[in-house]
Amino acid sequence: MAKTASPSARKARATGRRSPLASVSLLVIGLLATGGAYAMFTTSATAETSSQVTSMVSQGQKLFAANCASCHGMNAQGSSAAPTLIGVGAASVDFQVGTGRMPAAATGPQIAKKAVQFTDSQIAALAAYVASLGPGPAIPEPQYLTGKGNVATGAELFRVNCAMCHNVAGAGGALTQGKYAPNLHSVSAKHIYEAMLTGPQSMPVFNDLNITPQDKANIISYLTYLNKNPSPGGLSLGDLGPVSEGLFVWIFALGSVVAITVWLTAKSN
Amino acid sequence: MADQGTGSGTDVEKYDAAVPTGTGIVTSDRIENPGFEPVRLRVSELDPKKDKANERRVALMFGLSMIGSAGAIAAYIIFPIVPGDPGSVRTNTFLLGLGLALGLFGIGFGAVHWAKSLMDGHDLVEFRHGTRGSDATRAKAAEVFHLGNKESGIGRRHLIRNTLIGALVFFPLPGIVVFRDLAPAADPNQLLKFTMWKKGTRLTKDPSGVPIKASDVTLGSVFHVIPDGLNDLPDKLEQKAKAAVLLMRLKPEDLHVSKGRESWNYQGIIAYSKICTHVGCPVALYEQQTHHLLCPCHQSTFDITHEAEVIFGPANRPLPQLPITIDSEGYLVAQSDFHEPVGPSFWERKH
Repeated sequence: MAKTASPSARKARATGRRSPLASVSLLVIGLLATGGAYAMFTTSATAETSSQVTSMVSQGQKLFAANCASCHGMNAQGSSAAPTLIGVGAASVDFQVGTGRMPAAATGPQIAKKAVQFTDSQIAALAAYVASLGPGPAIPEPQYLTGKGNVATGAELFRVNCAMCHNVAGAGGALTQGKYAPNLHSVSAKHIYEAMLTGPQSMPVFNDLNITPQDKANIISYLTYLNKNPSPGGLSLGDLGPVSEGLFVWIFALGSVVAITVWLTAKSN
Repeated sequence: MADQGTGSGTDVEKYDAAVPTGTGIVTSDRIENPGFEPVRLRVSELDPKKDKANERRVALMFGLSMIGSAGAIAAYIIFPIVPGDPGSVRTNTFLLGLGLALGLFGIGFGAVHWAKSLMDGHDLVEFRHGTRGSDATRAKAAEVFHLGNKESGIGRRHLIRNTLIGALVFFPLPGIVVFRDLAPAADPNQLLKFTMWKKGTRLTKDPSGVPIKASDVTLGSVFHVIPDGLNDLPDKLEQKAKAAVLLMRLKPEDLHVSKGRESWNYQGIIAYSKICTHVGCPVALYEQQTHHLLCPCHQSTFDITHEAEVIFGPANRPLPQLPITIDSEGYLVAQSDFHEPVGPSFWERKH
């Protein structure tokens, strides 16, 4: 090419004239080159993102087959031991796996919180896979998880909707036949939101039409406030109310009354 | 009684005489009076140094009391209650209480230790004396009564005596009538039998009062419900205490609906009274998987799939069901009031 081009260039220089179309064609070539390069770059970027999603879903599928499929079925269709996961959404997976409840160690009245078994990226992959099976609740937006909503509204909603099981101070409580509502003190804002949205285990579902996302954020703010502020009444004794407080009084207050009485009536040495 | 007592007493004495000693029969169970314990001097009476040490201990207690009381004032000023900061309330009350306790217990412990270790410690006995007054006192008392009767003539003037008794009987009546009128003027029986639900009342969310569409209630959801318009009532809490409802959605095939109640649910959406039929606690611990509803007070458990039948605990009747349907705009509404009184039994309830 260069060899064939150079004699014609020399010829042009020798004549001392340029074709009148030269500058126009240069402009067209330049525009085409820039546009083409840009188009190529953006196309490759989209391809990269979608291939990333595909690789996350396929990584999630592999993780699912290795860790979850024995109970939930190879296609997440469920079995007699576990429910179907089609349509439970990414939020459900992020809650169950992110709090260590899944994979379950054993069946029982309730599957308890334990050490998390997967890394954050593995959890995200599992969530992406399950979300790809059918539409379901997504992982909540970070704007609702700041804990900076209206604490008073959150507290009222918590008392109406949550306190009967989780205790007004979020200390948890007993349900029937070995089941229980867990303590909420160390639960992250994201997991509280996801629990309301998906209703894990015995917990009912509080969808966005029942408690709006903003009200969920208010409830989270109330729980954040409880975590950050000590009980104004002194020792909270587990926030269990008359049971633990009564026990404390029986043992320590009555114990010291008995001790003082013994001392009062004993003869001095 | 006295005769019997002496009789049995002589019996024992007879046995005493008849049975030779050494057979193990206890002749009397009265404990011998052991008298006083031997006098034992306390260390502070024996050793002047210990006496001084105990004196200093008592003074130390009183001194601690002063420090405690002064400290309470100091803590109250140094750690004030900052509005909006519960932590400051906690510090303030804790230190104030600690100072006051030290102030009071310091005086108490000091006084007791003083009495026990330093004050004169001799033993003494004081016998009980009889309660009967002397004959002269009794005669004098009787004379006062006779004289009173004679001078006032109350035993003779029957008209005065009877009208006085009458006046005393009538005197407390206004009080009784006034106190009786503190009870609700309306017939409590009617108040207990009916709630503010009626045909067409919309079901709204507690506490916002936003009406609920049937499509909002997804499977596994639970809504805490109050009747539309409750928030505007002056006796809001009284009405809420009767009308509070729990709304749930189950798969229609999971519901066991009895005859006559087929139309009370709307496509598996059911509403039950939240007031326990045992003693009226709010029953709201709904388990999504088992469909059990637990009362937190006494663990009465209701099976929602079987029309809130009692499956555990002290409650005696199922929770009353609120018949619901939807209006033209798709909002959930009540078909009528509850078909039976909500909450615990009361006197006039027939079943």
